Amino acid sequence: MNDNIIQVKDLKKHYAGGGVKALDGVTVDIKRGEVVVIIGPSGSGKSTLLRSLNLLELPTAGQILFNDVNITDKKVNINIHRQKMGMVFQHFNLFANMNILKNMTIAPTSLLKKSKADAEKRALELLDRVGLKDRAGAYPSQLSGGQKQRVAIVRSLAMNPEVMLFDEPTSALDPEMVGEVLDVMKDLAKQGMTMIVVTHEMGFAKEVADRVIFMDEGIIAEEGTPDEIFNHPNTDRLKTFLSKVLI
Amino acid sequence: MEFLKLWLLDLKDVFVLCFVNDNRWEWLLEGFINSIIITVLAIIIGLFFGIVLATIRSSYDKNEETLKLRGGIGYVLLKFLNGVSKVYITVIRGIPVVVQLMIWYFVILVSQDSDIVVAVVAFGFNSAAYVAEIFRGGIMSIDNGQFEAGRSLGFNYVQTMIHIVIPQTIKATLPTLLNEVIALLKETSVAGYVGIMDLTKAGDLIRGRTFEAFMPLIAVAVIYLITVIVLTKVFSVIERRLRHNER
Repeated sequence: MNDNIIQVKDLKKHYAGGGVKALDGVTVDIKRGEVVVIIGPSGSGKSTLLRSLNLLELPTAGQILFNDVNITDKKVNINIHRQKMGMVFQHFNLFANMNILKNMTIAPTSLLKKSKADAEKRALELLDRVGLKDRAGAYPSQLSGGQKQRVAIVRSLAMNPEVMLFDEPTSALDPEMVGEVLDVMKDLAKQGMTMIVVTHEMGFAKEVADRVIFMDEGIIAEEGTPDEIFNHPNTDRLKTFLSKVLI
Repeated sequence: MEFLKLWLLDLKDVFVLCFVNDNRWEWLLEGFINSIIITVLAIIIGLFFGIVLATIRSSYDKNEETLKLRGGIGYVLLKFLNGVSKVYITVIRGIPVVVQLMIWYFVILVSQDSDIVVAVVAFGFNSAAYVAEIFRGGIMSIDNGQFEAGRSLGFNYVQTMIHIVIPQTIKATLPTLLNEVIALLKETSVAGYVGIMDLTKAGDLIRGRTFEAFMPLIAVAVIYLITVIVLTKVFSVIERRLRHNER
């Protein structure tokens, strides 16, 4: 099997009949076990790129290979592949009509055909890992933002994904709750999970990332190790961006 | 005093004449049962087809861009179904229900022996158009993040609708749906136009037989009123229970 879990080839996403180019030819490979952090100014296409990886955004052109399968092919059943790609959203998106336990077991029981008992056992283990086992019976509206996001992460993990996509997971959180969510993500990275993270948390990028991708105006403007990106930026665009975010 | 006594005696005589003689209260009972049967069965048809229509309409409205991009038979089919749904809703909402009832009775279902079945079909398909619009508004009001979270876990479109979106929509639209049930119950009072013995028709028959208008019509009015009050109570209990889930 290929070393790369995801290969993106010349991906383009145009809106309004080509007037707006959210992605303008992005090529990138993600290795198994790698933690990749995507940074960039707002409107640079970083979220669009992440959301394209599991086809929540349909690209206009280009290819995405996941485990060597071209998932942009119309004949591919994307639902099967999405089961292997966990996704964490900025606004958590826990199912409002279900309690936490049900949030975590609905997909494994309906899609992986796990028994209710097995799924619940696994869900409680995962909740324990993020310190929320005692909230299993609560509804999303009863949790704090940080708790919701931790649940959202383990909800995705309950499907045993091969890669986890994080779309600005801490941007909607109160500052004091950012740490608890980043801690869970760091743990996950240590355990060898393949992660692609869009974030404004430069500290997280420096500490955890194997590779940092800087996007600007729909293309990858620069990429490298955290040291290269943060300490030795090459392009003016990256330098300007860093001067704004690293105060 | 004497006058009041006479009046009360007179009232008693009229009551006996209207409801006791010839067991005429049984007419009211039969009429009431028929009204309830028609309402309940019609609302089941209305809910089912209404939800289907709403799902088609909102699916098209929400995903037109994406579907166009994917192209193929799916887009053409949904566009067609959306067109049909739109025409259906327009036609049904543009014709008085009593005219629809007569068309079903005298034109479309002439060979149908059971009048009740004709009424159920007429009121059910009429109600579907209204439920569809209520429900479409409900679906559109559910945060798209709920939908994306479902899809990202690997649920297909229909599964996401069934497990996540529709349960939340039902809760959100419950007060408006109650309105539709109440309206439907009262609309069934035109069933007498095609010779069905519903509650209104029963009261009218008693009036015709006894030449007493006040007593039977007030009785009919009171029965409708009590039924609506009971319905409102039942819905508010359901609503409270559903909301309780989220606290």
